[in-house]
This record gives sequence, structure tokens and C-alpha cells, in this order.
Amino acid sequence: METQYVLKMDNISKEYFGNRVLKDVSLAVKPGEIHALMGENGAGKSTLMNILFGMPVIHSTGGFEGTVEIGGQPAAIRAPHEAIEYGIGMVHQEFMLIPGFTITENIKIGREISRPNLASRIFGKQMETLDSEAMAKDARKALDTVGLGVSEEEYIRGMPVGYMQFVEIAREIDKTGIKLLVFDEPTAVLTETEAENLLQTMKKIAESGIAIIFITHRLDEVMAVADSVTILRDGEFVAHKEIADTSVTDIAELMIGRKVEKLVDAAEEDSRSIDENDIAVKIRDFCVAMPGEMVKGVDLDIRKGEIFGIGGLAGQGKIGIPNGIMGIYESSGTVEVFGKKLNLNNLGEALRNGIASVSEDRRGVGLLLDESIEENIVFSAIQIKKQFLKFGMMDTKKIRAHANEMIKLLDIRCTGPRQHAGDLSGGNQQKVCLARALTMDPDVLIVSEPTRGIDIGAKKLVLEYLAKINREMGKTIIVVSSELVELRSVCDRIAIISDGKLASIMNPDAPDAEFGLAMSGSKVEGGN
Amino acid sequence: MGEKIKKLYQKIGLPRIIIISFFLLLLFSAGPLGLSIPGLIGDVINRGAMYGILVLAMVPAVQSGIGLNFGISLGIVGGLLGALISIQLGIATNPALGWFAPWMALIVAILLGVLFSSLIGWGYGILLNRVKGDEMTVSTYVGFSIIAFMNIMWLVLPFTSGELIWPLGGEGLRNTIGLETSFGSVLNNAGGFYIGGENGVYFPTGLVLFFLGACLLMWLFLRSKKGMAMSAVGNNPMFARASGINVNRMRILGTVISTALGAVGIIVYAQSYGFLQLYNAPLMMGFQCVAAVLIGGATTNRSRISHVILGAFLFQGVLAVALPVANLILPEGNLSEVARIVISNGIILYALTKTGGSSRE
Repeated sequence: METQYVLKMDNISKEYFGNRVLKDVSLAVKPGEIHALMGENGAGKSTLMNILFGMPVIHSTGGFEGTVEIGGQPAAIRAPHEAIEYGIGMVHQEFMLIPGFTITENIKIGREISRPNLASRIFGKQMETLDSEAMAKDARKALDTVGLGVSEEEYIRGMPVGYMQFVEIAREIDKTGIKLLVFDEPTAVLTETEAENLLQTMKKIAESGIAIIFITHRLDEVMAVADSVTILRDGEFVAHKEIADTSVTDIAELMIGRKVEKLVDAAEEDSRSIDENDIAVKIRDFCVAMPGEMVKGVDLDIRKGEIFGIGGLAGQGKIGIPNGIMGIYESSGTVEVFGKKLNLNNLGEALRNGIASVSEDRRGVGLLLDESIEENIVFSAIQIKKQFLKFGMMDTKKIRAHANEMIKLLDIRCTGPRQHAGDLSGGNQQKVCLARALTMDPDVLIVSEPTRGIDIGAKKLVLEYLAKINREMGKTIIVVSSELVELRSVCDRIAIISDGKLASIMNPDAPDAEFGLAMSGSKVEGGN
Repeated sequence: MGEKIKKLYQKIGLPRIIIISFFLLLLFSAGPLGLSIPGLIGDVINRGAMYGILVLAMVPAVQSGIGLNFGISLGIVGGLLGALISIQLGIATNPALGWFAPWMALIVAILLGVLFSSLIGWGYGILLNRVKGDEMTVSTYVGFSIIAFMNIMWLVLPFTSGELIWPLGGEGLRNTIGLETSFGSVLNNAGGFYIGGENGVYFPTGLVLFFLGACLLMWLFLRSKKGMAMSAVGNNPMFARASGINVNRMRILGTVISTALGAVGIIVYAQSYGFLQLYNAPLMMGFQCVAAVLIGGATTNRSRISHVILGAFLFQGVLAVALPVANLILPEGNLSEVARIVISNGIILYALTKTGGSSRE
């Protein structure tokens, strides 16, 4: 007999406005197994799950191609509540719980057990009395299954994050007829012991016959609990493997594996002499309280004249580092620039000491969208260096000349320096941000996500330009990026940040597996 | 040609085109109704300029990110206080100052008003920094509260000048205080002249120049380093922070300037009007200023000097012309007041629905 699958998604393809995000992806989950779904950010995991849950975002953008079968029957899920009817549940990454309600109420909300009474006979089912006892009993049972010892009458407010996760799970398994549970990066917000407990609970749930799709970046967890794994990369199906037949290194390689194209021409003579002991930026025990991108104690030495890459998966803290240095989020630890210690609680300290940055969030932080290109370009220089001023006012002539020069230098496509920055395309906005940073004439230039939201042609240009600035102007450049390919194409060394800490510093031509392991938080021996 | 008209249309915007057409329609219908057109035009110029600085006070508030300053009454009471003290001191009647005495009274009133309102504005700015996101709601109620509070203060403050206090009973300040013996019409009459003879349009040169001068100063300030920083805070606080600008301090600066301009504005208004109005008179003034700057084309997070000038003259122009016309067409009742409320609140409502997060996709 053919293997019975609880869920089978075949040849799923999805396009968003002509941008293909999933190509012929297949996923098959057996009853009672823990099936890991892995891939880098943007590999298509969320889109696949959105399709499974019939999220409106899928159907409002033209639906998808391919077939979904649940329990051997074709299923057409057009809305999230239909997914629930098919017995599919989701444990969310952000908790969907009501703080002012008790655990029981949260578990039972929308599915309350009730008894008829006088009012309900007249006004209908909405008026029935709640059967608190029966509900509490159900809740207790669900809590016991997930191994959460707290009273079901506790309020959610004030509970440790780990507990809330378990309440979420309890709510899902309390639903009758649940066949498949999706865990979306459940351990991301948990402490180590909590995560350990969660994994045990997942095993227990699986043993009871419920299949689990486990979305995670952490290879160790996959190896510990999963039975099989599906790996996606750039929206394409890469492999489906039984965990027993594979190894950590295998999976890591499959996740990352792609040809690294040297964007910067290697033939170009490299006349730089980088001295290992000539440190431009020295970071020690650096912590940044940036929500969603916590940095928890990083030490880095960035050498003068090099292009230093900082990589890692989203949410692991790599973006926190530049934001901490620039003083946008609170930080602790020390940052020294050419031996001078910065007082980072002092706004603008980094800018005053020769560090300029291009933010990863162009529209949110990087630009004054409603102001002209020229004002965007000279803004920091006016504020920090008091340049481009005449009698304390903007020196229009000088600003115009400088803006025109920058527009020419960086090839910013615009109608002129007076055009609003908000009207430009992503790539040109990025160039305006870069122009502002260069106007500061910094010793160290930090560029975060230099090619986010830019089409491929422009990507190459931006990266080439970064290399040019580095080679010709002798600037030390720190590139922070989620795209490993990009880092490997321009950087001299790459630091991988995982869980807010430095996982390792590698050469750009280190093997794929090593990068994969470092990004997934597994310890790597060696490196440099 | 068509392209040019289209561009001009986009630059002016539909709401302003509607209001300008309405204004012109009113003006053309005023003649046949027997109203004096030169008189009306004189009114429009005078009222636009006398309200102008109060409208200008919206600019630093909007630019620094606190939104439309409905709490401008804070500045207004500061200005009133300055004017009252100036009258109490009897500067305008001091014979030693000669012809300069009324001017001196005006200057002292403005200086004291700016001093008081800056202090008030500083505290107000600190308050607004704690309610980020709800500034406009909070400022509306702060504006109402200060009026209520000052209603008590006007009664108990120890003013003694016979010009200020009730003639009977001798305690508490009057509702309206005439300024003819102090600095009334000082600015209006400075270089004022008639265009086209005695029955022509009276042009209050001093008042208009003072207003335009204040606009020029504000324009220069917005082009200075501090002004740019302040505008960046309103435009994008995260951007400002990333450029090393203390966001809260800039917001306080914007609030202080706005409140201080409110003080100057009310004194200029009063000298042209001829009376200081205390108690509940300034209660709704903030709304008129907000409406005016919105008519001029400002939004809750962006305003320019051109919006102020256009808005002040257009809004006051519509009122100055519409009210006599409305009174002629519908003579019964107190229509002018109703029309003013309908127009100013309608405009605010329209503008607020327009600005709710739709600035740019």
C-alpha cells in the first residue's frame, strides 16, 4: 500500500506581481511525524504556509498553482477558518493571546462549552451559560498534554514568554480533530530550557498521532526531534530527506548551496595593504537592545581598509550592530574608533567620529521622503559638520553644486536635485543614502542591506561601487547583509551573527557547509 | 498649454480651487447686493494680516512633529498677560516717551508675552513629548483647560489700572479692554494709506509688513541648521535620530516657538481689532488658525510659509466677505457666527480626513 500522507502539497507555485516566490514546491507530511521545513529568509517557507492556511494575501494576489491534499482528499482552502475545519492548527511566533483572560478562557475562546438557559431559549445560542467546569477540565487536559504545570485559572498577563507558547499549543491541541500542527519558529523567543521542554512536548504531541510541521532555522533542533526535512531555497524545492539518512553538514550545505559569483572583478589589482594590527573599529562586549534584533555581547575587530561583512539570518542581531553604533537603539559595551572610545549614549557620537552609515530601512530611517534629493544628501553634513552653511542658513549654491556632483558620481536617476527622495526608485534611493554618507567623508562607512529591494542590475552596481570606494578612497567599509552571496562577493572577511552573538568569522571562500552551520547557530570548529 | 494648466492645478490642489472660486463668487455677488467692494477688500487684507501670525504659529508646531497646535490658546493667554501688564504699567501714556509711547507699549507687550508664553510652551512641550501620537487630541483639551484656568486668574490677578478692571466693584478684569489709549491700531496706521481715494481700499502697511516680516524670519529659521533639524524631526523622527538630533529637544523647541508666536499673534490681532478680549473669547481661536493653515495647503505633518500666507488671506477673506453677504441674504438670526463655525470646522474635518496616513504609500 502507498504511504498515507496527512498533508500532501504538490508542485506549488506562486507569483506576487510577476515575481515568482515559489516554484514547483512539494511537501508531504506523514501522520505522527515531525517534519522540519527549512530554508533561509525569503526561501518561501512563509508563503507555503500562507497557502496552506488559505490566507487572504494569497487569494487576493491571484491564488496559486498546484494541488493540496489533506488525508488523501483534495482540499481547497480559501480562508483560515477552513483550514481549522480540515484539522490544521498553527502555533504563532507572536502570541495570539488575550492578556486579561485566564488560560482556560484563552484556550476556549470561540469554542466555549455552554449550557442552555432561559434566556438562550428565547434569544438563541449566543445567550447560553458558559460551562466553566467543563471548560476548565478540557483546558487542564490540554495543559497536561503539553506539560505545563500552572493553574488553568491564571491570567496570561505577567506570564513568562515560555508559558505563553505552551498555552498557544494547548489551545491548538484542544481543538477536536486536529491532525496537523504548524510551529512557526517556536523556539526563537524561548530560553534554552524552555526550548528543550518545547521540543519534548512536540515529540509527545507527535506520538499521539498529530503531525507537526516545524519551521526553524536551528539545525540542532531539527536533528534532535525531526523525522524528516524539506529544504527550500529561493522559492525552489531543494530536497526532502529522512533525518536518519542525513547529517547536519548535509542540510547546512543544501540550505546555502549556490554558486558564489565574484561580483567584484578579481582581476582588478588589489593594491590595498591591510595590516592585521591596524584596527579601525574595535567592538567589545557589545549589546544592543533593538527589538527583534538583539545583540548580546559581540567582540569584533575591523581592520583599517578592509571590507568587513556581517551576516546571519533575520532576527539574529546582525542589524542591531550598526543601529547600536549609530546610537539609534540603546547599547552597552565599548566601541573604539581608531583607538578613541565612543560614548554611544551621546546622540550623533559615531557621526562626529568619522563613522557614517546607510540604514537598512531606507524609507523608515534613511530618507526624508518629502524633502528634495539635495537636502537629503547634505543633511548630515550640515547637522554634524556645519558644512554647506552661509550666515547660518543653507548655502543653496554650494548644496546644489554638491548634489549635482553626487548625482553624476553615483548615477542617481532623477529629474534633478530638487526632486523629492520619495519619488525615486529603490536603487536610486539607496544611492541618495550612500551619497549622504559619503558627503560626511567618513573614515568608516557602514552599509546595511545595501541591495535590499533593488533589482539585480542595480545590485551589482551598488556592490561594485562599494568596492570602488574601498579601493580608491581607502575607506573602511562594513557591509551588513542577509544575503550571503552578496557578502561573499565583496568582503574580505565575514562575521556570522547568530542569536545575538558572534558565531564565527570566515573567509568569503569558506565552504558552504561552514556558513550554513554558523548561521544555524551550530558550533563550528576552526574559522579564523 | 494644457500641460501647464494641469501642473498648476496639481500645485494648487482641488480644495483651494474650490475655496478660491467660492471666494470670488462671494465677492462678485457682494456688489449687486449693495456692499462696498473696496471696503470688503480692505477688510480681507486687514483680517488676513491680523490673523496671520497666529496662523504662522502653526508652522513650527507642524514642522517639529507635534501636529497642528490646537493648544495655541496657551500662547494667546501668554500674550494677553503681556499686553495687560504693558497697559497696567501705563507705558502708552507716559509723556516722557512722546510719540513713541504707544510703540513702546506694543513692544513691551510683545516682549513680556513672548517671555510668558515661552515658559508655558516649554512645559507644554514636555507634556507633548509624553503623549506622542496623540498630540492633537491632547493639545485641544490643554487649550480648553488653560482658558478655563485663566477665567479664574483674570478675576484674581492683582491688576489695578482703571482701564483694565470692572468700573463697578473694582475687582477682576473686564471682558473686553479698549486699546485706543494704549497701542490700538499702532501697526495698522503706520504708513497706512487708501488706494483710490477716501472710499478706496485701506491698506494697513505696518500690519502687513509686520506679518510678512515674521514670515520671512520663520522662512530663514527653517533654512538654518536648527530649523532643518526641527523639520527633520517632524518629517521622520528616526531619520533625525540617526543624524544625531535630539528628537525631544527639537519638539520642545518647535512647541516653544509656536506658543511664543501665539502670544505675538494675539497682540497683533488685538492692536488691529482695538480690543483685548479675555475670558472665553480665545477659546475657539486655535480652530480658526488650524483651519486657515489647512486651507492654505498644509497637512498635519508638513507646512510651509506659502500655506500660511495663502491660508490666512483665503480663510479670513471667505469669512470677511461671506458674513456680510450671508447676513444680507438671510437677515434673520445670528447667521454670521454660525457660518464661521460651519466653515472653520468643516475645513478642519476635511483636512484631517485627508491627512490620516495617506501622505505617501
